[in-house]
Amino acid sequence: MPETIPDNSVGIVVPQTLSFDQPLQLSCGRTLAKYELVYETYGTLNSDASNAILICHALSGNHHAAGYHSIDDKKPGWWDNYIGPGKPIDTNEFFVVSPNNLGGCHGSTGPASINPETGEYYGPDFPLVTTKDWMHSQARLADKLGIQQWAAVIGGSLGGMQAMQWAVDLPERIRHAVVIAAAPRLSAQNIAFNEVARQAIMSDSEFHAGHYLAKNTLPRTGVSLARMVGHITYLSDDAMGSKFGRELRTDSIKYDYDAQFQVESYLRYQGEVFSESFDANTYLLMTRALDYFDITEDYSGDLGAAMKQTQCKFLLVSFTTDWRFAPERSVEIVNALVEAGRDVGYAEIEASQGHDAFLLPIHRYQDLFSAYMINVAKEVSTT
Amino acid sequence: MRPDQTIIQQWINQNDRVLDLGCGDGSLLLQLKQQKDVYGLGIEIDQPEITECIRKGVNVVEQNLDHGLSNFKDNSFDTVIMSLALQAVRQPDQVLSEMLRIGKQVVVTFPNFGYWRCRLALAGKGTMPVSDFLPYTWYNTPNIHFCTIRDFEQLCKDKNYQILDHTVVDHDNQSSWWMRLYPNLLSEIAIYRLTR
Repeated sequence: MPETIPDNSVGIVVPQTLSFDQPLQLSCGRTLAKYELVYETYGTLNSDASNAILICHALSGNHHAAGYHSIDDKKPGWWDNYIGPGKPIDTNEFFVVSPNNLGGCHGSTGPASINPETGEYYGPDFPLVTTKDWMHSQARLADKLGIQQWAAVIGGSLGGMQAMQWAVDLPERIRHAVVIAAAPRLSAQNIAFNEVARQAIMSDSEFHAGHYLAKNTLPRTGVSLARMVGHITYLSDDAMGSKFGRELRTDSIKYDYDAQFQVESYLRYQGEVFSESFDANTYLLMTRALDYFDITEDYSGDLGAAMKQTQCKFLLVSFTTDWRFAPERSVEIVNALVEAGRDVGYAEIEASQGHDAFLLPIHRYQDLFSAYMINVAKEVSTT
Repeated sequence: MRPDQTIIQQWINQNDRVLDLGCGDGSLLLQLKQQKDVYGLGIEIDQPEITECIRKGVNVVEQNLDHGLSNFKDNSFDTVIMSLALQAVRQPDQVLSEMLRIGKQVVVTFPNFGYWRCRLALAGKGTMPVSDFLPYTWYNTPNIHFCTIRDFEQLCKDKNYQILDHTVVDHDNQSSWWMRLYPNLLSEIAIYRLTR
């Protein structure tokens, strides 16, 4: 935490929770009888509820997108670079809603929650949820908040995929979609990386077929490995090279398998921290939701047909060194939107940081994002 | 409105799909959207120009014309425009052929290297022409494929492109009768409307 909260921060925020008692029918065929969603809001909802923006988080994200929970926080929310007064998602203009996804592990109902029917942890019994299920749960949240139509649904990576899902499946409830560093569906390579992560978790002896919480333990090694693999895919070769190179932690090589290279110790540290704070079953669920995501699934694989369902305007952004969801993947979406005659802006941002770039303050990205959002705000004030 | 834009606008129908290659700050597309309610899309590579298009609410896609236009389907646009960019692409003949594949009609404007000042610089001073309108020196110019009006028409003839209209303007986009009398000598910018 800085000495004082910066002027362009949303400041101290308090997460809120809403309970939903109406059963939610899920893609997998099961229903969730009741659930809770935790979310944060920034800014003020205007009188006709036309200035609301939904932020969708990525794989390991949560509802804490901006501001601080307490004066002692070391870091602000995960997208604080882009949400706040005067920032691209300007909280002077917009009412920003940022929920934790269903199946998450930061307060919304998920595998680490207690199943009210059994009084035990859901654990592996929590149903697999998909981007569509998330969309429907977010729509119910919107209903409760009195938001009929989002001014924009915005997200990066898996968050961008949710924004696309909204645009295609609930076209009348969204005026703009901002889809950052995303793809219309995962490639075999993407799924392969997710599978390595899942295998790492499931083969941990502490996993206990997903019932680790009941056994009062955590599959730390597995989750840590999963995070290490994931982390590699978020960074570019260049970013890793410039951050660590072949730098050693010791004076010379030691001819053993301890962490000697800086990159090793960095990854191990990231993995360890993550394994203490992130639920393993949620990680499995989130990666599976990614694997299953395919915006064309109801359109026989025809991306053009899917994009014809949309009514909103689009901004798409990709990053040059992102190899997880490379610029070409965004271009596929852009081409389909152009063919469908939708309004679209697309930029490929020069950035060395790989997939992670979507979280970072990059001058051109900020300018472009702001330029787009100013137009979104203009529509709000005239509606 | 700029006179060349007025000229181009008269060739665009209400609700047309218009692709502008090298759309710059998007002012032409904005104009066409306001006047003719077109579905416009700009292709641009310059970063600040892309942001400017977004600011104007003009559709824009970051794409390098030298990497091809294969992402656009045959006849997917009514008009494909390229304003003062043909001389800056690596393979103007291929770009032109792609434009005619994608668009039912093509509007292209280019600086005429047969303009008397260019000729004077070469013949008189023996140097490559440099002007306020084309301010670059030979080694740093983005304009790598200059042609004259006669050259361009020869290309159209060789490729069997049909010239539907053509006119000329100067760098202030003004046009006068004497320019149209000896266009290859007296005009700075040529505007052509083509079809296959």
